[in-house]
This record gives sequence, structure tokens and C-alpha cells, in this order.
Amino acid sequence: MTTENRQALADGFRDGTPIGLGYFVVGFSLGIVAKYVGLSPLQGFVISLLNNASAGEYAALTVIKSDAPYFEIALLTFIANARYILMSTVLSQKFSPDTPFYHRIFVGFDVTDEIFGITIARGGRYLNPFYNYGAMLTALPGWSIGTACGIVAWNFFSEAAVSALSVALYGMFLAVIIPPARKDKIIGGAVVASFFLSWLAENFFPEISAGNRTIALTILIAGAAAILFPVKEDDNDS
Amino acid sequence: MTHDIWIYILVASAVTLAIKILPLTLIRGEIKNSTIRSFLHYVPYVTLAVMTFPAIIDATQTQISGGLALVAGIFSAWFGASLFKVAVICCTVVFVAERLLL
Repeated sequence: MTTENRQALADGFRDGTPIGLGYFVVGFSLGIVAKYVGLSPLQGFVISLLNNASAGEYAALTVIKSDAPYFEIALLTFIANARYILMSTVLSQKFSPDTPFYHRIFVGFDVTDEIFGITIARGGRYLNPFYNYGAMLTALPGWSIGTACGIVAWNFFSEAAVSALSVALYGMFLAVIIPPARKDKIIGGAVVASFFLSWLAENFFPEISAGNRTIALTILIAGAAAILFPVKEDDNDS
Repeated sequence: MTHDIWIYILVASAVTLAIKILPLTLIRGEIKNSTIRSFLHYVPYVTLAVMTFPAIIDATQTQISGGLALVAGIFSAWFGASLFKVAVICCTVVFVAERLLL
């Protein structure tokens, strides 16, 4: 390994450590849900290792819970993770022509909001894949071991503690959506519409599964927002 | 449960990895269509919002404690609390509220 790559690996590990710790907590919260749905610690470990996506995994768990057809988990996972298409596309622009092709596969394996964020924040015309690998060294075990721990820990918790911990993931979702909703009126409006329509759908169309509800409302609301309020090129998301 | 959890996991993982890896390996140009870009921009917020409510009030032992957690979560996130802090605040609110209610 060249000095430059070793340095990038160390930088990635340093910047990835707080992310990995945070992922342990996210993974743990997912584990609480996964246990409720019926996953074993090994299944929780595997789904987290291979997905590394909180919304996507939670969405997948709602499908498993409702015992829906396999097609539904594919469609909902696709919708919940659709934003990674954009991030992966952005990253594709930051690969040097000299970087071997297989690095694209390994970097792609762990595209997450946070790792994408630090990769972009590091700057430079081209990314160094070893920086991503350094971050992945903490992110992947943090997330997957956290999930397995959440599933195991369930057995030692009282009903009151499980009830309290079951909102941790929703708290994290709120922390992701509320600050941009405050800054951007359109995102704010979309969030309010999402809450309201989701509530309406659950109460008036209870026969529609949670997964299908998420797919339909996401396409409807995000589609309407995209058509009515297209994002200007200079402030596109990251 | 008539479906196999391992197959669910396999399908979900295959889709996620395809989404993350295929654009990086196949797309060399930039997505120019502004409607698609805008859709992808709004998707995460909408998906997370739809999945959060009303699920949060059904997750807890009482709907009131879940509702209080929602209000506390929105309030603390609005004023800039970190991901971890918001999660802890929501959990604490549920724990305390259920101590008082149940």
C-alpha cells in the first residue's frame, strides 16, 4: 500500500469513528424492531451488514412483519433507498480514470448518508477509495453488531424499557427530517403532507399494508413535489 | 409467517446493493433530468415522514406516550438537537410518561 493510501485509510478511520459509534446506536434501535418482527441475532447481523441503511432496513422489516409477498420487499427497499442512486451517481463522477474498476464496487457496497457526506466533505477532484475503506472499518461492524446486540438485549429488558426504546428509531428519523423541513418550506410542506396522508391512509385504508402505504405515498408526495417544485441545479442535495 | 425471513433478507439486500453499486459502476455521465433529480431529492424526507407517523404512536404501550415522544422529537430536532440526543429524548419521554400513566 502506498503512503498516500495508508494516510487516506487512517483519515477515513478517524472520520468514521464517530459515525461507527452512532451506527451502533442506530443498529441497536433497528435490532429492537427486528426482534419484534422475529429476526434472530444472526439474521439481524446479516441484514444490517449488507444493507447499512436505516430507512431501507426499517421499511424491509415492516414488510417482513406483515408477511407480504417478496416482490413488496424489493419494491419498498428500492423506494426507501432510492436516494443512494443519486449519491452513487455523484460518486461515480469522482473516480479517477486510473483507479481500478473493482474499487467502484467496494466503495458502492457501503454508500450511506454519512459516508457519502464525509467523502464529499474531504474534497479534491478525485476520491481515494481507501478513505472510504477506513470509514467502513468502523461503520460496518458498528451497524451490524449493534443490530445483533439490540436483538439479544431485548430479552433482558422490561416491557417498559422496550416500549421506551421502540421510539429511538423514530426519534432519529425526526432528527433527519425536521431541520431541513424548518429551513426549506417545500420540504416542510412535504413532511406535513406525509404525516397527514399517512395518518389518513392508516385510518381509512387499514387493509393496505404499511409497506405498500409507504411506497404509494412516497411516489405520490415526492412526485408531486418534484413536478410542482423542481430543485434548482445549484442547490441539489447531498 | 408463510414467507422465509432469509429470502426476505436476500431480496432486500440484493436490491440495496444494486442501488448502491450499479450507478457507480455503470453510469459515467450525470443525471440531467431535473424532475428525476428533484424526485430523488424529496424522497428521503417523505419516506421517513410517512414511516414515522402514525407508527410512532402505535409502537409504545399507550398512544399518549408515543404522541408525547413525537412532539418532543419534533421540538428538539427543530432546535438543532443531534440525532443521538433526539433519540434519547424520545425514549426518556416515553419511559417517564408511562411511569406516570400506567
